[in-house]
Amino acid sequence: MTDAFTLLSFGSDGWGDEIARGTLITVSLALASLPFGLVIGFVVALGKKSDEPSLRTAANIYTTIFRGLPELLTLFLVYYGVQILLNKVYQLFVPGSFVDVNAFVAGMVALSMVFSAYASEAFLSAFRGIKQGQYEGGYALGLRRGQTLRLIVFPQLIRLALPALGNLWLILLKETALISVIGLDDLLRWSGIAARVTKEPFLFFGVACLIYLLLAMISSIGLTWIRTWAQRGEGLR
Amino acid sequence: MNQPINAPQLPPPPLRRRWTGSRVTGHVLVALWAVAGAYLLYYLASNLLSSFVANYWDDYLEGVVITIQLVVMSILLGAVLSLPIALARSSRNIVLSSIAYTYVYFFRGTPLLAQTFLIYYGAGSFQPLFSDLGIWWFFRDAWYCAVFAFTLNTSAYQAEILRGSVQNVDRGQWEAASALGIRKGVTFWKVILPQALIVALRPYGNELILLIKGSAIASIITIYDLMGETRRAYSRSYDFQAYIWAAVLYLMVVETLRRIWEKLEIRLTRHLKRNG
Repeated sequence: MTDAFTLLSFGSDGWGDEIARGTLITVSLALASLPFGLVIGFVVALGKKSDEPSLRTAANIYTTIFRGLPELLTLFLVYYGVQILLNKVYQLFVPGSFVDVNAFVAGMVALSMVFSAYASEAFLSAFRGIKQGQYEGGYALGLRRGQTLRLIVFPQLIRLALPALGNLWLILLKETALISVIGLDDLLRWSGIAARVTKEPFLFFGVACLIYLLLAMISSIGLTWIRTWAQRGEGLR
Repeated sequence: MNQPINAPQLPPPPLRRRWTGSRVTGHVLVALWAVAGAYLLYYLASNLLSSFVANYWDDYLEGVVITIQLVVMSILLGAVLSLPIALARSSRNIVLSSIAYTYVYFFRGTPLLAQTFLIYYGAGSFQPLFSDLGIWWFFRDAWYCAVFAFTLNTSAYQAEILRGSVQNVDRGQWEAASALGIRKGVTFWKVILPQALIVALRPYGNELILLIKGSAIASIITIYDLMGETRRAYSRSYDFQAYIWAAVLYLMVVETLRRIWEKLEIRLTRHLKRNG
């Protein structure tokens, strides 16, 4: 049995550099899905709080679907579904050709859709925390609807939604592990490969778990910092 | 035209609803969903008599049963396990509470998939030891490992739900019970817990749904639950409807459960509602 430190070292006999590369992929996948998830989630939340019933229905159907499906299934639906769809479209123009969907992009699309469905709920409950008077005050100052939303409501909204969004970020970070199933070389996949080659599964999956924990801890620190920053204008209570 | 003075007044005419931008957008989006839904129904109906459904329908139903078994077993075992964890977590003993904190932090901070791998594949590192202890049969079996991993995972979440809701019960309840001369244990079971569980109802429902969705992960360690049967059907037929059927079944299970839970919550909290 080889020493655990040798196995985890960087370089040709250790798996340290592979695992570090996998960690980078995991983090960049989560970071790449985040902005799309936030923007789509915000738009869906706007739809849900709209006065227009048809808009509310459309938004609610979206969240029902993506909150009801297992994330793994969403991933497969996007990965295989988009591949089949793209190939059908592509073959209309260039017969006999074949396109391959990038696993990273498929994961990004699936994770952003799931994230946005949950984020829309977070934004919606934050919207409920903003009093009607804030909108009326904005209109009384002669601001248009978009301006009121952007200048008055949005800054308060972020503050109210931050705790829930922080939790969603931690969930997103964990969900990226699923991407290893469709063959992206993320943290969990490299640990799996290392475990199979070295026959030390407990060591490598244990290390993978610890790295996920470390990422969660770093995120918590970052989130606390962002929350303090967002509340800097509130003063002492 | 002389009307009696106290004739019933007609309501004002309804405001004419104009076609604003959001109304147009809303109608277009609903129409798009309706078209997608209609196409899905047509697609499913036209495939109902296809060889795919004939070949795999029974497998799918078996998969649903396996998924439900997996979830029910893990949830119940997790509920039993969560009680001592929640007690240890809120104990005054620092050693006990920090162990419970670490447990909860670990299982809530790492992906379920990694935990499942750690238990199922990681157990292989201790094969000689486990064989000597006579528990290797447990860790060799993917089904037991999945139930074990899910139980540990959900027990951490359930312990937090339990702890939060018990803490949420007013301190006065404890004091009143002790003033009546009721022992602490009895107070907890008969006074505090029933009130805490009402608060915990919604998070418990969420946890149940999260576990149903999470149970799809079991398919990766060769368990033929609904997701496992789906993957097998797809790898044999290369027919994309495999995933469509799975999505429909999962959505049906989750939506049914959510509706039932909503009814349950209304029923159990009806004494808290004020009339009118």
